[in-house]
Amino acid sequence: MARRMPEEGRVFVQSESELAAISMVMGAALTGARAMTTSSSPGVSLMQEGISYLCGCELPAVIANVVRGGPGLGNIMAAQSDYFQAVKGGGHGDYRLLVLAPASVQEMYDFAYLAFDAAFAYRNPVMILSDGLIGQMMEPVAFRAPQHLRIAGVNYDASSWALTGAMGRPPRSIKSLLLGDGVLEAHNRTLQEKYQRMSAQVRYEALQTEDAEHIFVAYGICARICQGALARLRGEGLRVGLLRPITLWPFPSAWLRAHAAQLRHIMAVELSCGQMVEDVRLAVGDTTRVAFHGRCGGGVMTVDELCAEARRVFTQEH
Amino acid sequence: MAHVLIDPQRCKGCHLCIQVCPKKILQPSAQLNERGLYPCETSDADACIGCLQCVLVCPDVAITVTDDDARATKQGTI
Amino acid sequence: MHYTRPTALQDVATHYCAGCGHGVAHRLIAEVVDELGIRERTLAVAPVGCAVLAYDYWNFDVTEAAHGRAPAVATGMRRCNPDKVVFTYQGDGDLAAIGAGEIVNAANRGELISVFFINNATYGMTGGQMAPTTMLHQRTTTSPRGRETRAEGWPMKVVEMLAQLDGTAYAVRCALDTPKNIRAARAAIKKAFEVQLAGQGLAIVELLSACPVGWGMKPVEAIKAMAGTMTAQFPLGVVKQREK
Repeated sequence: MARRMPEEGRVFVQSESELAAISMVMGAALTGARAMTTSSSPGVSLMQEGISYLCGCELPAVIANVVRGGPGLGNIMAAQSDYFQAVKGGGHGDYRLLVLAPASVQEMYDFAYLAFDAAFAYRNPVMILSDGLIGQMMEPVAFRAPQHLRIAGVNYDASSWALTGAMGRPPRSIKSLLLGDGVLEAHNRTLQEKYQRMSAQVRYEALQTEDAEHIFVAYGICARICQGALARLRGEGLRVGLLRPITLWPFPSAWLRAHAAQLRHIMAVELSCGQMVEDVRLAVGDTTRVAFHGRCGGGVMTVDELCAEARRVFTQEH
Repeated sequence: MAHVLIDPQRCKGCHLCIQVCPKKILQPSAQLNERGLYPCETSDADACIGCLQCVLVCPDVAITVTDDDARATKQGTI
Repeated sequence: MHYTRPTALQDVATHYCAGCGHGVAHRLIAEVVDELGIRERTLAVAPVGCAVLAYDYWNFDVTEAAHGRAPAVATGMRRCNPDKVVFTYQGDGDLAAIGAGEIVNAANRGELISVFFINNATYGMTGGQMAPTTMLHQRTTTSPRGRETRAEGWPMKVVEMLAQLDGTAYAVRCALDTPKNIRAARAAIKKAFEVQLAGQGLAIVELLSACPVGWGMKPVEAIKAMAGTMTAQFPLGVVKQREK
């Protein structure tokens, strides 16, 4: 970015901190620019302040978090333990981010288009939530706009709302401070209606689920490990499938609800101590047993390990 | 000739202007304004020499000073 | 010689307390914006603090920032819009405490922004707590026995500190007390915009300002107290002026 952006006549700034970085993104977004920032978990914790402001001010922005192990300084190994922070709101106030979970280097590239489309379609920050394995992986990538993923008809022209200078129009202010009686409640209602509209962007991939009796639910690197297990377990006669959420918020709850009755077991697989699994359980309620297999602190499950756990869980009778 | 006019509704009664007026023609009013404050007023608006000292220190842009030429059109402007 | 309200200042009453320096600072900035003819390309960042509502008072585009982050927000605005004029308006808690990192690094990068720094030696909005710029022996709600160096350190001299950085092109301290000092402040504000327009670097104008309510004084007493104690600890004048 540091090399390429100036060549394109665009702007790159190395900030002094993630607090400043997200505020610089806010400054750029206020003027209608397409702005983004990236960091890894502890840095993204610092960004939560600015993310809350971006949501309150309804500004488009893209934040990429390549998740590492926590809590605290943790380590620099891959993890998925920032799911709650990204999906449930790590900053203050009632807000939602659209959260995209790439499972390949190609998707890391493709989702940048989708993220900006969604950010401008809804004037809301979008997070790309990756992990240290996908983030450092080497894979072939096709550099072309992923038309099949993009949101049609997004208006990137911000002149109707951005701060562009009060030339020939009354002055504008963009703010999240709403002190008048009932004004902030009304603003929150408006935001909630927008989040309702954003839920139409739910995306997922269902692999071999048509005849499945058991499914894994996994995103990012875990979805790829599950795919390895899937092939092996199918060979052993277990009818296993995979639901891979592509958007973590909105979460594919409706798919899970619709298929819960046909499934004997669901196993959420994460590089955390159990975060996404809560959304899986919320989606299916008591309809289907939801198991969990996770590693944390930089540990990553092998296909062998996952298959052993799946055989144990998926052969249990209720 | 200059002319000084204080908007009694904008004035918050800080009295900073009174301190700086070289002609001593500004004073606290005995009348409350709509905010319940005693604003400043002029005792002799036409004794103003147009030095703008009061305007400079006024935090509320409550003071308008006009000269004779401007007065015909600007009178009452705040 | 006649005076009327600047175009860049909306014709509304402010919420500030009687005798508060914010009103004077807002007006001076508006006058200079009008004089330089830049109202239609000015973008301002209001602080967290009493002046957060500045966007209701200026007649140009204004936004907010999280507490202390105004220089970072202004960086994003100005870098993406080199044709615009961008300034931040920040208090002492905002700029010197929670936002010390942002202002130091914006200055060090030589961001082409103008910074108007209101130093009233207290956190006015939250009820008069000690600020980094609270004066020695000054009583606040969080330094009830008066600020002592042993426990609370020294008043932070912001413009002197920022003047050390090569990216700072202009650093000056003014006081909003007497007509003479207010005229000087207006000239400094104008210079701070000119420095930005000339692409010279970051310009900061520290404006010593009264907070009569926070200081527990009547407005006239507060203004008089500035000349005695405040300017003794915060000397007035140009600290740095780099010409290119």
